[in-house]
Amino acid sequence: MYKYDNYDQAMVDARVAEFRDQINRRIAGEITEDQFKPLRLMNGLYLQLHAYMLRVAIPYGTLDSRQMRMLAHIARKYDRDYGHFTTRQNIQYNWIKLEDCADILEELATVEMHAIQTSGNCIRNISSDQYAGAAADEVTDPRPWAELLRQWSTFHPEFSYLPRKFKIAVIASSEDRAAMRLHDIGLELVRKDGELGARVFVGGGMGRTPMIAPEINPFVKADDLLSYLEACLRVYNRYGRRDNMYKARIKILIHEIGADEYRRQVAEEFAHVKTLGIDPPLAELERISAFFAPPAYNAADAEPDRNDPDFALWLDQNVKPHKQAGYAIVNISLKPIGGIPGDATSAQIDVMADLAEKYSFDELRVTHAQNIVLPYVAKRDLYAVWQALREAELADANLDLISDIIACPGLDYCSLANARSIPVAQKIATRFADMDRQRDLGELKLKISGCINACGHHHAGHIGILGVDKKGVENYQLTFGGSGAEDVSIGKIIGPGFDEDGVVDAVEKATEVYKALRKGDERFVDTYRRVGLEPFKEAIYG
Amino acid sequence: MKLLTGNDLVSGAVTWWTGNGWSIHVEDAADVGEHGEAILHAEEGARRVNAPYIIDAVPTENGPRPAHIKDRIRALGPTVRTDLTLKPADPTAGDWII
Repeated sequence: MYKYDNYDQAMVDARVAEFRDQINRRIAGEITEDQFKPLRLMNGLYLQLHAYMLRVAIPYGTLDSRQMRMLAHIARKYDRDYGHFTTRQNIQYNWIKLEDCADILEELATVEMHAIQTSGNCIRNISSDQYAGAAADEVTDPRPWAELLRQWSTFHPEFSYLPRKFKIAVIASSEDRAAMRLHDIGLELVRKDGELGARVFVGGGMGRTPMIAPEINPFVKADDLLSYLEACLRVYNRYGRRDNMYKARIKILIHEIGADEYRRQVAEEFAHVKTLGIDPPLAELERISAFFAPPAYNAADAEPDRNDPDFALWLDQNVKPHKQAGYAIVNISLKPIGGIPGDATSAQIDVMADLAEKYSFDELRVTHAQNIVLPYVAKRDLYAVWQALREAELADANLDLISDIIACPGLDYCSLANARSIPVAQKIATRFADMDRQRDLGELKLKISGCINACGHHHAGHIGILGVDKKGVENYQLTFGGSGAEDVSIGKIIGPGFDEDGVVDAVEKATEVYKALRKGDERFVDTYRRVGLEPFKEAIYG
Repeated sequence: MKLLTGNDLVSGAVTWWTGNGWSIHVEDAADVGEHGEAILHAEEGARRVNAPYIIDAVPTENGPRPAHIKDRIRALGPTVRTDLTLKPADPTAGDWII
């Protein structure tokens, strides 16, 4: 893992001191809320329905046990004993007091954490593949590049006041586990004739105008990547709309001028930027990469004993192949049946930290699907890990099944939401609680957003649910056919919306249609794509 | 009826204008009638409330009930964590929201 140098630490410490002063001035009445709001948002502090909410950055979703324990400590000491892991691989605390915020950030800084780039119209926390460094299919470890982008983007003077927020994802596998093409910039690291570079996709996103990022450049050499991204951002910063926040994202700019024209302008800008010497020297790249060297693998290859059927089920569903023989990737589901997707108590966070320290070379990952990963677990330790997880009520074997639901906080917490998301997720998970039934349905990604901003990624759900306000009453629209993976697609609305119970019934009917029509190993989304909407519509609306 | 609500500047807690101060209990909220804007500006200026706004509500036997579900959730707490609401011991409290 990357470790701060003196410059990193000094920057974060200075930011805490600066924000402490700003908070004191706000409480003393020296600045108004209108003046304070942009300052607090630059430090991840929102005002939500019930209290202030603090969003803490977890760069590319990677953290160690010391940091994870700090997250538990913050939940225990300053919040209500739990945290909410988000679809941006971050964590949110829902019950923060303004007067505590500087102390929280000061404590976070002691473990190299902060809340910078979790809000505002800047380049947000870089996201990545939660299996980075462990996946058998990656061409290189994307984390050094994500870290390089973090350093480049943090406090970037030119890009701190963009027309709108800007999200970048980096992957290095053909399997997309980070919804890469639904970001403002998606990078897929690839090799061409042995040389490392990146496919660059620009202009994707969800929200009220979902778009899949077109490929702007099929191969940018690694040596040129930072300059190329600088050029991409410069063109956006110059021409992105600032008069209408709903049309200010880069996807709108590219949609309006066209990918070809945007590509041309970026190429022109790149020719200039490349002369500025932005790309880091090899020594700096090597310095960063050294932090992500593979751990000291020492376990012989051995298959775990599958005699315990519950353990075997968890192995089959939540444990994924590792590039190193003798090791496996463990997915910890934060989606207990009837629970709140992404929530974990401080005690559970501590358990996961302990397991990482003991069994996963001290490393954890947060996934955009609101789960946790232990990336380096020896197969011989899997049973012990599972037992500890089961003890902590963290052993649900439902990864990628219908109950592994992404859900935004919705109207239960969020001031932007129009409808509640969590109760719908709970009802669907409970309806499909039977594991045999879930496994029979196979991979089925269900995603729920409580408003059009789409924090719950409903556009990318095989089944998506969007909560809307219909004359003061919660109403839920269903979409089918979305995907955030390498088969990326935007879901389509199937028809009129439903009330809370009605949408659960509709989802169940859709699964029955799928079961009746599926062929071979088809997933729900495959069957939908083959047969189209009509059979589903007929069953749901009769 | 009209209610004035906002969040406490320091704690962030949801608060309701009672006629002569602020309460975290919506039952204490007073009808501000046509005076909402004036009270809002005075209280915001005095830093006694953050992000205040005026809402519609319906008077009931148990006090005012905000017209919109969003404000009822603000008044009581998240429907999915009854233990964190203002009435954690009352399992039926959530019915008031819906």
